[in-house]
Amino acid sequence: MPKSRSRSDFLFRIGTGTFGVLLVVLVCAIGVVLARQSVLSVQKFGMNFWRTEIWDPVAGEFGALPFIWGTLYSSVLALLIATPIALGIAVFISELCPAVLRQPLVFITELLAAIPSIVYGLWGIFVLVPAVRAVETSLPDAMRQLPLFSGAPLGLGMLSAALILAIMVIPFISSISREVLKSVPAAQREGAYALGATRFEAIRAALFYARTGIVGAVMLGFGRALGETMAVTMVIGNNPKVSVSLFAPQYTMAAVIANEFAEAADDLYLSALVETGLVLFIITLIINSLSRLLIWSMARRATAAQEPGVAAEGAS
Amino acid sequence: MKTTLKLTLSLACAVTLVAGAAAQTMRINGAGATFPYPIYSKWFSEYNKIHSSVEINYQSIGSGGGIQQVTKQTVFFGASDGPMTPEQMQGAPGKILHFPTVLGAVVPVYNIPNVSAELHFSGPLLADMFLGKITKWNDPAIARLNAGVSLPASDITVAHRADGSGTTYIWVDYLSKVSPEWKSKVGVATSVNWPTGVGGRGNEGVSALVRQTPGAIGYVELIYALQNKIAYGSVQNTGGEFVKASVSSVTAAAAEAAGKMPPDFRVSITNAPGKGVYPISSFTWLLLYENAKDKAQAKTMVDFMNWALTEGQKYCADLGYAPLPEAVVKLEMAALAKIKIS
Repeated sequence: MPKSRSRSDFLFRIGTGTFGVLLVVLVCAIGVVLARQSVLSVQKFGMNFWRTEIWDPVAGEFGALPFIWGTLYSSVLALLIATPIALGIAVFISELCPAVLRQPLVFITELLAAIPSIVYGLWGIFVLVPAVRAVETSLPDAMRQLPLFSGAPLGLGMLSAALILAIMVIPFISSISREVLKSVPAAQREGAYALGATRFEAIRAALFYARTGIVGAVMLGFGRALGETMAVTMVIGNNPKVSVSLFAPQYTMAAVIANEFAEAADDLYLSALVETGLVLFIITLIINSLSRLLIWSMARRATAAQEPGVAAEGAS
Repeated sequence: MKTTLKLTLSLACAVTLVAGAAAQTMRINGAGATFPYPIYSKWFSEYNKIHSSVEINYQSIGSGGGIQQVTKQTVFFGASDGPMTPEQMQGAPGKILHFPTVLGAVVPVYNIPNVSAELHFSGPLLADMFLGKITKWNDPAIARLNAGVSLPASDITVAHRADGSGTTYIWVDYLSKVSPEWKSKVGVATSVNWPTGVGGRGNEGVSALVRQTPGAIGYVELIYALQNKIAYGSVQNTGGEFVKASVSSVTAAAAEAAGKMPPDFRVSITNAPGKGVYPISSFTWLLLYENAKDKAQAKTMVDFMNWALTEGQKYCADLGYAPLPEAVVKLEMAALAKIKIS
């Protein structure tokens, strides 16, 4: 009996281990294929691919800077909008919400994550973009002089893209943050109350305790925003120009690949598009590594500081 | 035990044999342009009704993808909205023949608040608007062609396709024929480095942009405009007439071209001369190897093409495509005979 159990344990370990290794192999394989297929473009443009702004399929000149900029700018803006809202939702559901409302609210936030991105895109074109245009046109002229709001008020552009991305990442950030808050030990809150903390202070202590998990949730949302394609391309205006203006039509890496890959016939053009994919892959890798590092260093500091100290610090 | 096994085995063999006999269905795969997809799928299903043993499967993955797949021989035939370039032809393992199947056109669509009149455009005017040189609707260059229409002083927003597309190819092919500046600055391809404007995905993306943005001008396929009842402007042809795109004005453009059709049919008919010709028209092509490896499939395709170019043309009008003129069909019949089927 014990013998057979140890054998099934062994098989189980082998089985799950294989799946784990498979995942690593898969990621490496994607990296290798991307690198191999972009050789032509890497040789021709070198680092200029990351630095130049011209994307001209006719002349065979390719620079991905506008796409890199558009991807990072839209994702960062989306997180700036989404994080406070998502955290608010998470705190409300886990700490303040009446029990009757809790399940429906959880269900609805998770439903947002289940909506296909093409539906977000259509909603963006027909509802969000006209609304954004109305806001843009009503902006006073003095503000329109600022670089942040320069350009024609088309509705289409960075602001619409950031808003739609924000809506799309909110369920991810709020769901995970909620789970993280739920796992904060009751002793933390009780301790805060025992020290005479108000409800707000107790929640702040819980948030502080859960901060590594919350940062993880935000980073997951960031990763999601970086790769989102369809909804973004439908509202961002698809114009490869670097601009800080929220009104300017811009472009993202995922969008240009999706838009141009099917019709890219010559080798250099295809290679440049694959290299754009490689750049996106590398940037995602860097951001994920940095967020791991951040979480790891936060977790280490937290253990070093000892838990009672943390709670007191948060509640003070 | 043994006999059961034998019986099962022989039964399995018999089943396989029967299945083999029934599966004399000829399956042919093709891939390419999205623009002719509605008529191609209509043709394939109608042809299957007459010849139940022929199943032609077509994936509308885009012209570029179609050229690539037929070059790599992963599909038997390709389809493209633009003719293959000489480099692409050289990259193929054998000689590829182009066969025009139907005609399409691209039309300018616009949205100017309080202007309901049908606007007149000329080629150079459209090129200047898309180059970003004409930026206001009340520009004298527009007013000159549209006497009697009161145009507002509002900004022009150019909307173009963001995805690579045959529609873009036809549009910029026309612009570069009528504007030397367009030709040298931008050029012709399925996607280009646009000097100005915003990009929408697909015909529906561009038309949504135009409909929602006051002062916008864009371009969509004629079929799309017809099916969705979008108003569009007329364009001045080489004879100076302002022609509105229609099935007949597009076929007229091809009829003009038939006279000097090159033997390989790789011809652009944008800016074609002639009376009543709509200048932003184009063929769409089906791509076949002259000497394909699989002769049985080649024969089936030749039979199918013979049907599609004659009988099949009657389905054009319902779907909004312009049928090929008789003269072109005759030339193609002669070219089809060159395909080696044995």
